[in-house]
Amino acid sequence: MEQVITTIFYCIAFLAVYVQVFFLVTFFERRKDILIRTEHIELTTYPSVTIVVPCYNEEKTVEGTINSILSLSYPADKLKISIVDDGSKDGTWDVVSKFAGHPQITLFAKENGGKHTALNHALASLTTDFVGCLDADSSVHPEALKRIMTYFDDKDTMAVAPSIVVRDPKTLIQYAQAVEYDMGHYMKKMLAFNGAIHVTPGPFSIFRKEVFENLGPYRKAHNTEDQEIALRMQKHGYKIEHAPDAYVFTNSPNTIPKLYRQRVRWIYGFIKNAIDYKELIFRSKYGNIGLFTIPSGMISISATIIMLSFTFYQWAKYIEHKAVQINTTGLSFSFSTVSFDFFYFSTKMAVFISVLLYTLVIFSLINGRSMIPGRKKLSWDIFLFVIIYSVVAPVWLLKSVWNAIWSRESSWTGERNVS
Amino acid sequence: MQNKVDWKKYIIVLVITILLFLIAGALSGFFTDKKLQSIRTVQDKIATDILSSETQYSLLSELSCEDIGQGNLSDELNSIADKIAYSEQNLKYSDEVIELKKYYTLLEIKDYLLSKKIGERCGKRTPTVFYFYTTAENCTLCTKQGYVLTELRSKYPDLRVYSFDYNLDLSASNALLRIYDIKDTELPTLVINDKTKVTGFKSVADIEKLIPTLVKMKKDAEATSATSTKK
Repeated sequence: MEQVITTIFYCIAFLAVYVQVFFLVTFFERRKDILIRTEHIELTTYPSVTIVVPCYNEEKTVEGTINSILSLSYPADKLKISIVDDGSKDGTWDVVSKFAGHPQITLFAKENGGKHTALNHALASLTTDFVGCLDADSSVHPEALKRIMTYFDDKDTMAVAPSIVVRDPKTLIQYAQAVEYDMGHYMKKMLAFNGAIHVTPGPFSIFRKEVFENLGPYRKAHNTEDQEIALRMQKHGYKIEHAPDAYVFTNSPNTIPKLYRQRVRWIYGFIKNAIDYKELIFRSKYGNIGLFTIPSGMISISATIIMLSFTFYQWAKYIEHKAVQINTTGLSFSFSTVSFDFFYFSTKMAVFISVLLYTLVIFSLINGRSMIPGRKKLSWDIFLFVIIYSVVAPVWLLKSVWNAIWSRESSWTGERNVS
Repeated sequence: MQNKVDWKKYIIVLVITILLFLIAGALSGFFTDKKLQSIRTVQDKIATDILSSETQYSLLSELSCEDIGQGNLSDELNSIADKIAYSEQNLKYSDEVIELKKYYTLLEIKDYLLSKKIGERCGKRTPTVFYFYTTAENCTLCTKQGYVLTELRSKYPDLRVYSFDYNLDLSASNALLRIYDIKDTELPTLVINDKTKVTGFKSVADIEKLIPTLVKMKKDAEATSATSTKK
């Protein structure tokens, strides 16, 4: 039993280190190509862009979202906004109606049908060369759109993903997520260098209109339409870029249950979409997405679950020993035997491997943060991230796998305050 | 089409990952060796101490009992015992651990013989327990007996516990097995004060009953400290 567990541990650890080293090698190979602009830029040409804002019960935040798009540094005649009220039950329509008649804004109202239907509704009447979406709980940096558009100078680039930053973290859970998102910038850029991005996030990924013309509209895709469209693009060899300095600020779940629901949806979507696109996996014809991204996602899911079982197993063994001991000699409160001795530090290989993995993860974080000017590279919230995620992440991973086995979908709106 | 695969990179990453694993393995081996080395160093020290006490004992047959430096040898032996038990469970170089364990067993026997001699001459017999156990099979009673003896040792610091692994292939400990007629079907077995052999698991209370001097010694010690605090 012990032997089996140890073997599985080392195999998974090897793969996990492999994934991190892959990022590391990419980083040293391409770090000069990471473009972080802090100054105001001007483009030679400003292509026309539509930003779709799908909303469902978002009366509180949608106005801020629209205003942030209107304050983008981009010529007004080239920037259109399509607001789609996906059958909201609250005052969302009243809020967005204030913008009726605005030269840049078109309003749509439709029966509730889910986010992908709201996006497709706006795509159907698209008149611009480029299109993107901004969730009604997010806002954008004024320079973000221009920074993204520079990547389309490359004719092959079909979509560009932004860097998503947690907006005004307040709770401990949000601080922990902020760390995770910061790390995400690094991983996303490294994936982009390898042509292996597997998600064009809902908030502010910009596409050429040909993507939807050639590949068709958004699909429901297990409530993760932003993962599906990216996989569909990858399948057809469409290049997806990442603009690390195009910042989008998003509201993140402020409690563990909300975060849990969000992650179950994401990971469930990842597993289901990976199954739907299983023909990509391990096929060199489709590039690094199938050889690296999807397998490494699967590795990280199984690694977390296996580490959890490993920890439980260790605890169970410890408790068993303690139980036998207490059962035999009763509870003894002599602390005289507790002493600090280097000898009892574990020198097993597993310990060194874990240290290595943590070091690589911290390295990712530092690199991710270096992509946001003014961010402190190391701070106390890293511990928060490690503690919260190592306790809660295995739970949502297990739940997602469980749901995926039984094909139980979770709803997107269930994550939010409104029902 | 953008989907190009850089196979060279996959191989480079593989090589680096293997190297990192080898380094982790080497570090683990290095520190494990250090640990075993530290056991060996302490054992060598104990050996020297025992040898020195023995020599002292033979040289000065008229030495007064207070002058014989027996010190805390047994305490040190106990701490080594814990480390060897930990190493047996956690370290992979079992051959080396077995060698250390043999050495330790010899030291135990020497410590026992010396303290017996001193005890005879100075008329002060310290209670001793020989504990025979096995590591060959999953002996849960042995584990429990181990806990009991640890507990007793912390309760009665004067008690000397010498533990012997039945399966350790060492002539000196085999001799003990023959002397006390220990059978592997009766483990754990305790031999108390050289005479009383009891087989099977014995609780703290059982052993206290078997060694009445223990409780008495403790009471005496407490009484002395109580009177001294009164002064």
